[in-house]
Amino acid sequence: MLKVLRDLLRYNREFLFGTLLIGIIIALVIASFFSPYDELTTYAVIPDMPPGGEYWLGTNSRGQDMFWQLAASMRNTLMFGLVVAIISRVIAIVVGLVSGYVGGKTDQIIMAFNDTLGALPNIPILLLLVFVMRDQMTWGVLALTAAMLGWTHDSRLIRSVALSLRTREFTRHAAFSGMRTGQVLFREHLPYVMPIVFFTTMNNLIWAIGLEVTLSILGFSDINRPTIGGMIYWANAHSAMVAGIWWWIAVPMLAVVILFLGLFLLAMSVNEYIDPRSRLARMGA
Amino acid sequence: MNGYLNYVAKRFGQFVFVVVTGVTLSFLIAHFSPVDPVEQTVSLLTNFGATDPRTVEVLRQSLRELYGTDGSLLSQYFLFWGRVLTGDFGPSLSAFPTPVMTIIGRALPWTIGLLTLATLISWVIGNFLGAIAGYFRNSRAIKLVGLFVMALQPIPTYITGLTLLIVFGFLWPILPISGGAQLNLTPAASWAYISSVIQYGTLPALTLVLVGMGGWFVSMRSLVSNIVTDDYVVYAELAGVPSRTVFSQYVARNAMLPQVTGLALSLGNVFGGAVIVEFIFNYPGIGKLMIAGIYAGDYSLVLGVTTFSVIAVATAVFLIDILYPLIDPRVKLG
Amino acid sequence: MTLAMTNERSVAQAADVLTIKDLKAYYINDLFGVRREVRAVDDISLTVRRNEIYGIAGESSSGKTSLIKTIAGAIRPPMRVVGGEVRFDFGGKHIDVYAEPGKMKAARWQNLSYIMQGSMSVLNPVRRIKHAFNNFAFRHMGLDRTAFRARVESHLQRLGLDPNVLEAFPHQLSGGMRQRVTIALATVCEPEFIIADEPTTALDVLVQQDVLGLIKEVQERLGSSVVFVTHDMSVHAAITDRLAIMYAGRLAEEGPTQAMFDTPQHPYTAHLIASLPRIGDTATRKSLAGKPPSLANPPTGCRFHPRCPIAIDRCSREVPDMLPSAIGGRVACFRAGEVSVK
Repeated sequence: MLKVLRDLLRYNREFLFGTLLIGIIIALVIASFFSPYDELTTYAVIPDMPPGGEYWLGTNSRGQDMFWQLAASMRNTLMFGLVVAIISRVIAIVVGLVSGYVGGKTDQIIMAFNDTLGALPNIPILLLLVFVMRDQMTWGVLALTAAMLGWTHDSRLIRSVALSLRTREFTRHAAFSGMRTGQVLFREHLPYVMPIVFFTTMNNLIWAIGLEVTLSILGFSDINRPTIGGMIYWANAHSAMVAGIWWWIAVPMLAVVILFLGLFLLAMSVNEYIDPRSRLARMGA
Repeated sequence: MNGYLNYVAKRFGQFVFVVVTGVTLSFLIAHFSPVDPVEQTVSLLTNFGATDPRTVEVLRQSLRELYGTDGSLLSQYFLFWGRVLTGDFGPSLSAFPTPVMTIIGRALPWTIGLLTLATLISWVIGNFLGAIAGYFRNSRAIKLVGLFVMALQPIPTYITGLTLLIVFGFLWPILPISGGAQLNLTPAASWAYISSVIQYGTLPALTLVLVGMGGWFVSMRSLVSNIVTDDYVVYAELAGVPSRTVFSQYVARNAMLPQVTGLALSLGNVFGGAVIVEFIFNYPGIGKLMIAGIYAGDYSLVLGVTTFSVIAVATAVFLIDILYPLIDPRVKLG
Repeated sequence: MTLAMTNERSVAQAADVLTIKDLKAYYINDLFGVRREVRAVDDISLTVRRNEIYGIAGESSSGKTSLIKTIAGAIRPPMRVVGGEVRFDFGGKHIDVYAEPGKMKAARWQNLSYIMQGSMSVLNPVRRIKHAFNNFAFRHMGLDRTAFRARVESHLQRLGLDPNVLEAFPHQLSGGMRQRVTIALATVCEPEFIIADEPTTALDVLVQQDVLGLIKEVQERLGSSVVFVTHDMSVHAAITDRLAIMYAGRLAEEGPTQAMFDTPQHPYTAHLIASLPRIGDTATRKSLAGKPPSLANPPTGCRFHPRCPIAIDRCSREVPDMLPSAIGGRVACFRAGEVSVK
């Protein structure tokens, strides 16, 4: 694993660049734990200071130091994305493996349900939920809902791999040797789908964070909890563009671009690495 | 022909299934809301100083049926379906007493126009570039274009839209950034009005195209780089068939088909993107309606738009599905 | 009998259509800083004469598909020709495949055609069969559309195919039918040279006979040369005039098919022939010990020696040259002719 990482860093420019960008993000997240300000406090510093020596990224009209706001926001936003990604991964793996392994009518029913859920437009449904929940909408509930909506595509991918594993020799061996279904899936099949799971996690993370950013910008999440989208929401609420406080908008937007580009580059290079065709070429088969 | 009817029937079954699930989900979300929407809305309305007690009663009645506060869960569910099937979501609060369906009907052409155009353009450009990138893998120029297209794709719609708005609205103000057409123009088939619609639609459409293109590009490129190793392509190349023919008739033509299915699958997401874009550019479509409804606390409108958009997206998917066999000779009908 | 006829014919038309000299084609991978070579075609020389069916046999991964791809100029990275040459002589028109790619491209389908392995999937699945004929053959024929169509239809009829197949999509035809269509497609320009790569492998036995008969018939009528590749020795026995045996990227033996089946010179040939089922024979087939060698890391000396029943010390140290054999072919073995088929 370490050797793989070293090789990727050395020979894959996308991976190197992606790692650098995500490195910046992670450094920011770590920094957030050493913030001199409480992230919820407003009017702690002089408002509307442009970026400079004292305030690296300036301060906003609410009297918050942008650098420390950004650090805390990045942490919260990433947290949201990770929670969604992990929950939806678990669902996707279980549904995909079971559906692919059991096959037949069960598979058909599960997949019909899967596709139906996938065909529903997520944003209107989430918006409706946000709307009826109002103030009781915490980020945890939102994460859970997003996770419920975000697994269908990946479970189909995992199912297609599981379907091909089902007919392989080792599955039959395992089944004949008296392993229970759960054991077969967990011990024999899971390792095979892990590369796909890894790749889809990246994409899911991108999707979930995008969702969070979007909903927060619209003001549909807990607006007091600092998030990247929340920063833009407050900037819009104070008409930062018109007022000439451009850094209030520019800083979170730049951060979003760095985050997404980094995740995307990592996902792409890892996908290239685990792609069976390029893998075969590497093994010289 | 009989086979085709069977195929359509099957797809129709799926369509119904999706609609039922979506409507049920909307009902459940609305029903298990912790706040009582009916009295809250009515009190909001009377605060606004609405006068006629008869129309207030109509609103209360429709809200009760929509959110279900009378009778058993099941009977509420059926009442809700009755509302959905007759398209009667009651009067809107924010535009009281205009019926929700009338408001949706006014917004609908804008969204349909914007979405259809933007989706088609991004599909065509993304697939075209992706196919070229997959087939001529060693061209540097194409790699560069590809990198740009792909890097745009993961960025959330809102960020891309906002960037365009800042660039073309503030830094280099050449395009209108708010609304669907110039306000002093009356809708007519006049050149002035149409050109205004096009101008106002450019930035929203461009945002959707930029955001959507990358996905098509990536999937088309990988489809094509798989297809070029397929036997029939290798065979045609061995036969010395000119590479332009191989590209258009063998590679692109085969790779295009899964992308049409992909189009149907992506419509839900595309619609979500449209909601955001309409909000950013204040575009008078369904998405802006929905967000405005949320800000105004307009329950009937929000529920109406959600239910309607679930059905509309499912209908569009169904249409693409039943047209698909006409372009793919291999589809097994029946 | 067959042997005598074959020899007579080859003497009468001694001109070679294809000449391969010291050909080397490797898969070269240079990924993540590690260079790997897979020697799929390693130092092969052979000639194919006018109007003969030349068989190439060997296990899977013996390099036979790589060899014919190299002959056809159809290799793609990571495979590369690292040495040697491939030359065609089409009635005075000489083409060096790797030095003259333009000439080669012009000759495709006109002089050189291909019947591919897995004919189930060699036709464009979303286009009607007629488009394949248009794309592949139209530009070589110098005919207008109607005359071309008439020519194609009469060609199909001569091969026992209904001209209506032109309007069909590939998936509407059976496997055997599709293979016949590809044979028609490969022969419509009446090429001098046809490469047939496992054309009967995926077909059931009856259809196989039918397709073999068709290939033989067309070959005889056109007087073309056919290079026929299959792992199935019984097919070679039925159709080829001369036969080459490949093992681990090299030639083990080459010679007149009939004579080779009677008295194989190389122990590997003997093994391949011995493993053919025979009527009335109840003895179990002996399989060779060991696995086919890795082409990335082949054994030293003779590549067959780790599995060879009669290997001696020398076999593991020296590489045997291809030398004339007792039955009028060539063989690469220090103990040539010392095993016989029982």
